[in-house]
Amino acid sequence: MQSFDPIILNLILLVPLAGAVLVAMVPDRAKLPNWIAFLTALFTFLLTLHLPAHFHLHQAGFQFEINRVWIENPSISYHVGVDGLSLWLVVLTGLLAPVGVLASWTAIQSRRKVFYSLFLIQQTAMFGVFVSLDMMLYYAFWELSLVPMAVLIAMYGRKDGPKAALKFFLYTFIPSAPLLVAILWLYARTGSFDFVTLRILLGHGSFSSTAMFWMALAFLVAFAVKVPVFPLHGWIADTYSEAPVALAMVVAGKLGLYSLLRFHVGFFPLQAQAAAPLLIALAVVGILYGACLALVQRDFWRVIAFAALSHFSLVTLAIYGLTLTGWNGAVYQILSLGIVEGALFVLLGALENRYATSQIASFGGLAARLPRAAAYFVIASLTMIGLPLLSSFIGEFAILSSTFTQVSRGWGIAAAVSVILSASYMLWLVQRLFYGPEGALAVKPARDLRFGELVALTPLVVLMFVMGVAPNLWFRSIQTGVHPPAPQFATVQQPVIRSETAGSGRLEGAAVRLHAAPTTNQLAFREVQR
Amino acid sequence: MNPTPSIDRILPEVILTLTGVAVMLLDASLKPAWPRRPLGWLAAIGTTLALWASLWQLSLPEGAGFFGTVETTTFTVFFHVLICGIVLVALLLSLDTLPPDSHHQGEFYALVVFGAVGMCLLTSAIELLVVFIALEISSISTYILAGYRKQTGRSPEAAIKYFLLGSFATAFFLYGIALIFGATGSTQVYEIAHLASTAQNHALVVIALAMLLVGILFKVSAAPFHIWTPDVYEGAPSPVVALLSTGPKAATFALLLRILYEAFPALHSLWAPLLWVVAVLSMTIGNLAALRQQNVKRMMAYSSIAHAGYLLAAFAGIGSIGIAAASFYAAAYAAMNVGIFAVITLVSGYDEKYPMIDDFRGLVYRAPLLGCVLIFFLISLIGVPFTGGFFGKFYSFSAAVDGGALALAIVGLLNSGLAAAYYLRLAAVAAQRPSDEANRAAVPKPQVGVAVSAALLLSVAATLVLGIVPNGVLRAAQSGAHTLQVPGQPTDPPSAAAAVTVEMPPKP
Repeated sequence: MQSFDPIILNLILLVPLAGAVLVAMVPDRAKLPNWIAFLTALFTFLLTLHLPAHFHLHQAGFQFEINRVWIENPSISYHVGVDGLSLWLVVLTGLLAPVGVLASWTAIQSRRKVFYSLFLIQQTAMFGVFVSLDMMLYYAFWELSLVPMAVLIAMYGRKDGPKAALKFFLYTFIPSAPLLVAILWLYARTGSFDFVTLRILLGHGSFSSTAMFWMALAFLVAFAVKVPVFPLHGWIADTYSEAPVALAMVVAGKLGLYSLLRFHVGFFPLQAQAAAPLLIALAVVGILYGACLALVQRDFWRVIAFAALSHFSLVTLAIYGLTLTGWNGAVYQILSLGIVEGALFVLLGALENRYATSQIASFGGLAARLPRAAAYFVIASLTMIGLPLLSSFIGEFAILSSTFTQVSRGWGIAAAVSVILSASYMLWLVQRLFYGPEGALAVKPARDLRFGELVALTPLVVLMFVMGVAPNLWFRSIQTGVHPPAPQFATVQQPVIRSETAGSGRLEGAAVRLHAAPTTNQLAFREVQR
Repeated sequence: MNPTPSIDRILPEVILTLTGVAVMLLDASLKPAWPRRPLGWLAAIGTTLALWASLWQLSLPEGAGFFGTVETTTFTVFFHVLICGIVLVALLLSLDTLPPDSHHQGEFYALVVFGAVGMCLLTSAIELLVVFIALEISSISTYILAGYRKQTGRSPEAAIKYFLLGSFATAFFLYGIALIFGATGSTQVYEIAHLASTAQNHALVVIALAMLLVGILFKVSAAPFHIWTPDVYEGAPSPVVALLSTGPKAATFALLLRILYEAFPALHSLWAPLLWVVAVLSMTIGNLAALRQQNVKRMMAYSSIAHAGYLLAAFAGIGSIGIAAASFYAAAYAAMNVGIFAVITLVSGYDEKYPMIDDFRGLVYRAPLLGCVLIFFLISLIGVPFTGGFFGKFYSFSAAVDGGALALAIVGLLNSGLAAAYYLRLAAVAAQRPSDEANRAAVPKPQVGVAVSAALLLSVAATLVLGIVPNGVLRAAQSGAHTLQVPGQPTDPPSAAAAVTVEMPPKP
């Protein structure tokens, strides 16, 4: 199996693409496109499992690296690799793909070939974003991930697809224009698109602080919209309520949060620190604002959308707390949220598919008729709330405790209020959907969860438990990304980032990250010097 | 002056001219009842030969020839190959879409080939009068071609509009040549480069440059000289528009590169801001106007204005980076635009009964392969990664950023977001299931012949190659850019002496 190491990332990127082409070629008969898409997605997921299985915990830097010159001038390389930060995100993306196909199994009836091929292209784009180590390649995948999403929202939107698609597209495309300009400007100055090289060059202060400020801002805004961070969240509710289930669960959060951590904080630690107070404040506002809005929605997709805003803001808070514990918690929470949201989307999609509405008021008392759905939904909701022994608890605890002890008590307490609020809106949603008096719709005969839906949901629920009780399975490798081992460079310079409050652990993370250039970085750096 | 004409320097043009003449003569001597389609194949073969001849020119030492009026460098070969490729695709497209009983079909093919002569010559001429002649050759054939479908009302209108406005533009260009001759005493590009900076009357040089720019910017339909474009594109037959929107544009951009970077590099501080404004205007006006169009050809006309803007953004780049980016963009744009017009021709039919966006409804169901090809070109025009359009834009804006025009790059990128709206609208319509059977029957299924398939295949392949493995083309564009950048070695000793003598007197 070791022999796969040098090409595994190629396979992960190419298999969904090949599947997309295959889906486009076959006739749209019976369930053929569905099966091909499902098998492709499943196979890709199995391929992604190769990564954690052969991940070396004690090896610094990127693993499974492939670095080939793609274009000589301007020098763009096909440079991919994973570290502890991206490792599990790749696996999560792989896991959600077959789940997404199963969730669309009956929901998508028309133009299935288009749907599944675009869905698989979207998968390639997402994998590409997580594994790219060349800024140009990264940007190409980042852009590529927008298009299938926008097209599919427009085609399969529930009520007003094209409008939601346009909103999504404009919200995410416009900020990526300055991002590309920043990347190009960096290239014009350094002659490199390579992530590792650029991080070293940026860390050595060869740019004026004005230039750094504007670049950091361009990076920050592009990613913050995609998360979304509080004032830039205008697209999320419409997108969640219009997008097909399979896409809604992959669109928000992951890409933006990963990019913030990897590229904004990774490239511009000083600027990130300067922006941290603002972002922490915005994150806390987002947490509370999202939670409050989730409480008053009438449509369950919008409840989930604002709940997602609230939870993603919590992760943003953790990222800009600039603590190691917080970052570990952030990555863990991204994984946990991906799973929980995936499960909730599958369940709500199943409900909408059966009753053809997403208005909460129409439901009620479904637990008697759909006992399995009710059971799964309760578990997923409890995980979302952050009940101990379930996956979100670990992440939330790490984030809140690190915020409270190392960042600021006030913000910590404010953020902790969200736990109460999330319990309120999730439990209330459960109550309104599954318990209480039977709603008008409940009399309509409907089957409980089908075999396919159970196949999609069960692994997710199992994971919620496993991640809740054995977080170290994940933390061990996440830590290698957040806190690289063998910090050879750590003593070369004083930590650039000074903490202004007592929390000594607070900024150590960013400092170590900046100066702990692992072996590959050293090599790259020498090349640059030459 | 070199007494031998050194025909090898204009070999592609010679081949094309001979082909055109042969086509015309054969057309006149064949019986009227006989089909003229073989003449189209003859023209296509001649164009292919010209393409090989341009590639063969790479083996020549770089330099001027044909009495010092043209030169062959990597730059000229790059554009020759590009233009021959475009003309080939346009010919293949016309072969299948011109109705077999249409009048003067032989002339059509001959005119296309003569147009190609003009375009090719335009990219290699280094003598402004030859440039003018080339410009006229290419323009006059396209004027006639635009009016080819003269039995309908729109086509002659388009031809007249194009002819009148185009003549004005070439008049400006000619006036520019006259003024530059007055200011420097030369019409040779390299000599102008030496003499312009020391010319006694600096204002005259500036005015001359402005005149030249008016003529050129008109031809590339950059704002504010774009007014003719939508009407002409709408009225002219679609296969002609496929040629018109790519071939002359690519050639004129080559000319613009040559004039700006070779003849007037000293005035960079003057023309760079000017082109900045023109680029921003073209992109914005083109995209905003395209959003509101219902006719696909008009929409594509405005889109081509916007693309001229993206290409002009590359001119903000410094030296060879900008030239390479502009050349690459010209290639990428030509590949996808000629392709999309091939699809439009097939769908709307030669007599253009179905030119509206609504007529494309359900194309993916009517003709699955053609529909997918249309969507592919639209995606490339948007600039989605891994297509030619993406790398074209990327190099263009990267050149702009490199030249310090950050704002221009941002405006350009925002514009490409805006442009996505109307491209996606067409794509969405094409992917929509036709609402009722009656509507479905109204628009016939397009007939795709062998020649047209070859044309589509060529443009799809070119777009993909430019998007996924752009290395080769990019390297060609870069080495072309370097040949354009090398300060011209004067072709004959007297001019060098002249340059020296004029430099002697101190400026007043």
